[in-house]
Amino acid sequence: MSAGHHWLVIGGVLFVLLNTAAGLIWLERRMLALWQDRYGPNRAGPFGILVVLADTLKLFFKEDWIPPFADKVVFVFAPAVVVASVLLSFTVIPFAPNVLVADFNVGLLFFLAMSSMGVYSIVLGGWASNNKYALLGAMRGASQMISYEVFMGLSVMGVVILSGSFNLREIVEAQKSGWYILPQIVGFFIFLIAGIAETHRLPFDIPEAESELVAGFHSEYSGMKFGMFFIGEYMGITLISAMVVTLYFGGWLGPAFLPPVIWFVLKTFAFIMLFILLRASMPRPRYDQLMEYGWKILFPLSLVNLLITAAIKLML
Amino acid sequence: MFSLLRSMWLVFLHMFHKRETYQYPEEKAPLPARWRGRIALTRDPDGGERCVGCYLCAAACPVDCISLQATEDEHGRRYPEFFRINFSRCIFCGFCEEACPTYAIQLLPDFEMAEYNRQNLVYEKENLLINSQGKYPGYNYYKVAGMAIGGKDKGEAEREEPPVDIKSLLP
Amino acid sequence: MGVTFYIAAAIAVLSTIMVLTRFNIMHALLWLVVSLLSVAVIFYLYGAPFMASLEIIVYAGAIMVLIIFFVMMLNLGPEMYRQEKQWLKPSLWLFPAVFCVILLGELVYLIAQNRTPATGIKVVEAKAVGLSLYGPYLLAVELSAMLLMAGIVGAYHLGRQKKKTVHRFLESNVS
Repeated sequence: MSAGHHWLVIGGVLFVLLNTAAGLIWLERRMLALWQDRYGPNRAGPFGILVVLADTLKLFFKEDWIPPFADKVVFVFAPAVVVASVLLSFTVIPFAPNVLVADFNVGLLFFLAMSSMGVYSIVLGGWASNNKYALLGAMRGASQMISYEVFMGLSVMGVVILSGSFNLREIVEAQKSGWYILPQIVGFFIFLIAGIAETHRLPFDIPEAESELVAGFHSEYSGMKFGMFFIGEYMGITLISAMVVTLYFGGWLGPAFLPPVIWFVLKTFAFIMLFILLRASMPRPRYDQLMEYGWKILFPLSLVNLLITAAIKLML
Repeated sequence: MFSLLRSMWLVFLHMFHKRETYQYPEEKAPLPARWRGRIALTRDPDGGERCVGCYLCAAACPVDCISLQATEDEHGRRYPEFFRINFSRCIFCGFCEEACPTYAIQLLPDFEMAEYNRQNLVYEKENLLINSQGKYPGYNYYKVAGMAIGGKDKGEAEREEPPVDIKSLLP
Repeated sequence: MGVTFYIAAAIAVLSTIMVLTRFNIMHALLWLVVSLLSVAVIFYLYGAPFMASLEIIVYAGAIMVLIIFFVMMLNLGPEMYRQEKQWLKPSLWLFPAVFCVILLGELVYLIAQNRTPATGIKVVEAKAVGLSLYGPYLLAVELSAMLLMAGIVGAYHLGRQKKKTVHRFLESNVS
């Protein structure tokens, strides 16, 4: 891989990601509308796609307000953390055989590390806002994300045992004989649920539950700082979808009539659609139910999954 | 678990249902005749104002958006000298319509009243008066009221008997 | 390699100093996170990517978040500051400080002794870490596992809820 190609990949990934995150605003609104018998934004531009532009302009021109009672440095710093951590996670994801930013030999652990860093944005944002709703949101966010991170890591270990590597490129290549969705179906479901909780998406959007806590941890945020949280959430969806595809659905692998990148993007978008469908159809669980579900069902299940996978791997 | 998947599937099927949205500026939603929208002052069948300036609408208005001043013409017929509704405060509750004894004030099925300037939402009498009898065609308050007014003495109204002379003992 | 190491090391030292000097405990904790991250970078540079990842996941990602989580709940203010100042008598911090100075002296001495720079960095893979954990260091792993078990049992005991037979409004206030 030449240096020029490398820079091209970095620039391309960054460009595509940021545009995907913005485009998801439109996609999500259109799809939600579709599933609720509405049209969604359809005025600005073809199919209303320019609503993204309008939204972004609006966010940029809003008053950039820092509450006088907030901790200013941390308040400004918090939204940057979520975007930075998600973007850094994308460096290890192999989009195609030679389209990846960093061929990192502990890529999977790097992903887990970055997703655990993402918790800080919620905790710090909620704490720095100095507002009780924000603090409650931060509290919920921290406990939810820490606990779901535990079995997110555990569920992924099944894949690691099967492929014998932390390197995501090698994991994809190990799936040439068969995608890991079949042997790791339990792990897949646990990873998906933990991923939804990790991005605090709708069935598990407990940190920002707008019907209970005004807007949770970002109650006090406005303008582009709120936009960063927003973009971070959409990039988080993309990240979890891309990870699911990489770990369980064979990444770029697919019949040869389409180039590998297209396969990857297609699969990723299928999972993004699933995320949006979940938002359209699921009610929000109560907070203690969520924690109980995590620790009493998913956690033992992921341990059992790990144990069985390891045992079978040893026997074969 | 099964119910969750089932609800996801059912929501997914909504993709193929008919959209419920009215594409508003091109396609207007059908408003029922009794829709409580813009307030108007209606007229008698013979073209006179129905409003008699009784202030009941102003008293009934919960947000105090109606103000008027009653006066009389040379025949003794009451009418509002000015009648002002501040639509930036109006909540379209319809209490004024209910309070009105002469069916003068009526709410019409029209809601497109947006303005760039707030002051333009204050409607004066000439803006409120419409050339129509509204929801009660044929109703003429002074024709049925027992009040003496120019051209009509007591007892000459519709379905009204001549007044009883209380000072006479004759039947 | 050299430049990256010095940058990471400088950030680690600076942020640790910031941890010690911040008045606001939340800011101090954030600096500690920065310090841990830069230490992770150093781990990575010197051939321990697995350790670096674990450092971020476990220390920076989980333990620090938990500490911040609890600090977040505290009602810190000038009142607390006054109280803490009362507690902090010289007789309390004198001996730990002396021990720390002795340790620092030893550390400086050891660093000064070994002048041969580390050459030929060998990357330690996750497999090697696992083999050594469950090989020569098995006893340590077992002991820490027992410690964690004790912690879990303790937490379970503390967090156990008494079974309620009547509604909470009906039970008497003396527990």
